[in-house]
Amino acid sequence: MHPVAEAISREWPEVFLGSREALGDLTIYLKPDGALPVFHSLHEDVRYAYDYIVDVVSVDYPKESERFEVVVILYSLSRKHRIMVKQRVSELSPVVDSVVGIWKGAEFMEREVYDMMGIQFRGHPDLRRILMPDDYDEGYPLRKDFPLIGKGWRDDMSFVPKMQRISKDNRKIAAKD
Amino acid sequence: MEQEKVVDKVAEHIEETRRREVILSSLRQTVLNDLDSTIQTDQFLLNMGPQHPSTHGVLRVLLDLDGERIKRSIPDLGYLHRGTEKIAEYRTYNQIIPMTDRLDYVSAMANNYAFVRAVEKLLEIKIPERAEYIRTIVAEVQRIVNHLFWLGTQALDIGAMSVFFYTFREREELLDLFEIICGARLTSNYYRVGGVDADLPKEFINRLYKFLDAFEGNIKEYNILLETNRIWLARTKNIAVITGEDAVNFGMSGPSLRGSGVDYDLRKYEPYGVYDQIDWNVPVGINGDVYDRYWIRIEEMRESSKIIRQCLDKLPPGRILTEDHKITFPDKGKVMHNMETLIHHFLLVVQGFKVPPGDTYCGTETPKGELGFYIVSDGSGKPYRMKIRAPSFIHIGALDHMAKGYMVADIVTIFGTLDIVMGECDR
Repeated sequence: MHPVAEAISREWPEVFLGSREALGDLTIYLKPDGALPVFHSLHEDVRYAYDYIVDVVSVDYPKESERFEVVVILYSLSRKHRIMVKQRVSELSPVVDSVVGIWKGAEFMEREVYDMMGIQFRGHPDLRRILMPDDYDEGYPLRKDFPLIGKGWRDDMSFVPKMQRISKDNRKIAAKD
Repeated sequence: MEQEKVVDKVAEHIEETRRREVILSSLRQTVLNDLDSTIQTDQFLLNMGPQHPSTHGVLRVLLDLDGERIKRSIPDLGYLHRGTEKIAEYRTYNQIIPMTDRLDYVSAMANNYAFVRAVEKLLEIKIPERAEYIRTIVAEVQRIVNHLFWLGTQALDIGAMSVFFYTFREREELLDLFEIICGARLTSNYYRVGGVDADLPKEFINRLYKFLDAFEGNIKEYNILLETNRIWLARTKNIAVITGEDAVNFGMSGPSLRGSGVDYDLRKYEPYGVYDQIDWNVPVGINGDVYDRYWIRIEEMRESSKIIRQCLDKLPPGRILTEDHKITFPDKGKVMHNMETLIHHFLLVVQGFKVPPGDTYCGTETPKGELGFYIVSDGSGKPYRMKIRAPSFIHIGALDHMAKGYMVADIVTIFGTLDIVMGECDR
């Protein structure tokens, strides 16, 4: 096991679920309950020193019981090492702890995850939609069950035939001219 | 001789201006402190954008003002949201490359490079050496193009119009060079998984050499135009200061981070391409203000031209695409005469190449900062999930922190210094 993963597994055995090394990156799996102290330690402990937040990502696996995977990618500038921290949550309670208190840059990243996948972040100061309109209530676009064509008023495209009817008449008029 | 005298005089003048600047700024501070305690101000909310010439696209910001000072700025994003990540889940990897052109449309080549590298990391393939050199050259040319564009428009936003014409003159020449190698000026679609699309023609190399010979003089020209402009100096120095610690905490990257004294550059931290075989430096700022970030970009253009020159000198012969035809298209000549090759070509187009299951994050140093692609593959020809880590999006997250306490006129400078492109920010 990677020394970082080993240290975390020894320090937080009740939260640590496993680790994996692939393609030069270290991945650790944590339980969403009680993960916040681990993040604090990853940031402050000099052995880890992950001071730079790269991104917060969410992945949807609709067939599995714990449907959503939240990936927090961290980087240590002093140790030049990258780590991916993964947490799985179910559709019924899609809640993980917010890391905004540790890395301020996470504020926008977490808002985007909430906007696109509908995952709630406990302790986020301003959890609103960010890329979609504030009053958008047709769901979360990056979930796998959201159709590519879109939902809501685009679904039936009722405005299309109406426009065609008008444009046919217009075409006749235009042809006469 | 004459020219050297002029340059010396200008340097003297710059030194003199700097000395005056120090005295003036302390005077200004005392006057401001007096004003703050005597003048009555009103608080109000000001809407800026989404249609505003200096927001570089469609960014809307709500400004909470106290008189002319910014108390809070709330960015409102999403006016250019096109759902690139959603569409990518329904496209083969080769179809996604042109989509990345439309992210940061000012530096399309750099986006291609970032995406292609992430897919190659998943595939674990090696790229021919010549292709690596060509990729590095083109990525650095793109860096110069981006910084020239940034320099011109940033100065234009502040009111120093003349430098815009000079930087766009050079940018035009480089865009013509792009046209030679890929047929397009902005939406290039030049990089391929496993190499690049086309080899560099002789004309490209000759014209690039010629450009580099003149470029150092051109940079001096921009410097003289801006550094002797007292208004421009007053509007860039000590504006939008951010400490290195804060910038790291916000996840900033690229020149915006290095201006604050942190030397985080993926080209040095995790070398890719041929950056580790070439002699170059990472410029780092001190104060973390708008001026330092300007200086970093100027120095980066110098470093880029150094890298390009060394790469052109060393450019080895060989293939420009990997020979692994599970990933790249077969040679066109064979496709037209051989049935099996034609079928193979057809399958690659329709189904795309298969990527082994797994997930990875791969970050690349683009002109604006760290552009990363997080790709999850389920073993098919299409990504299961693709997340784009766009530097512009993350930099806007720090906008409120950087703008706090400055004048409302400075907000334009702050947009400019972060080098925001909304296509990349909203995706």
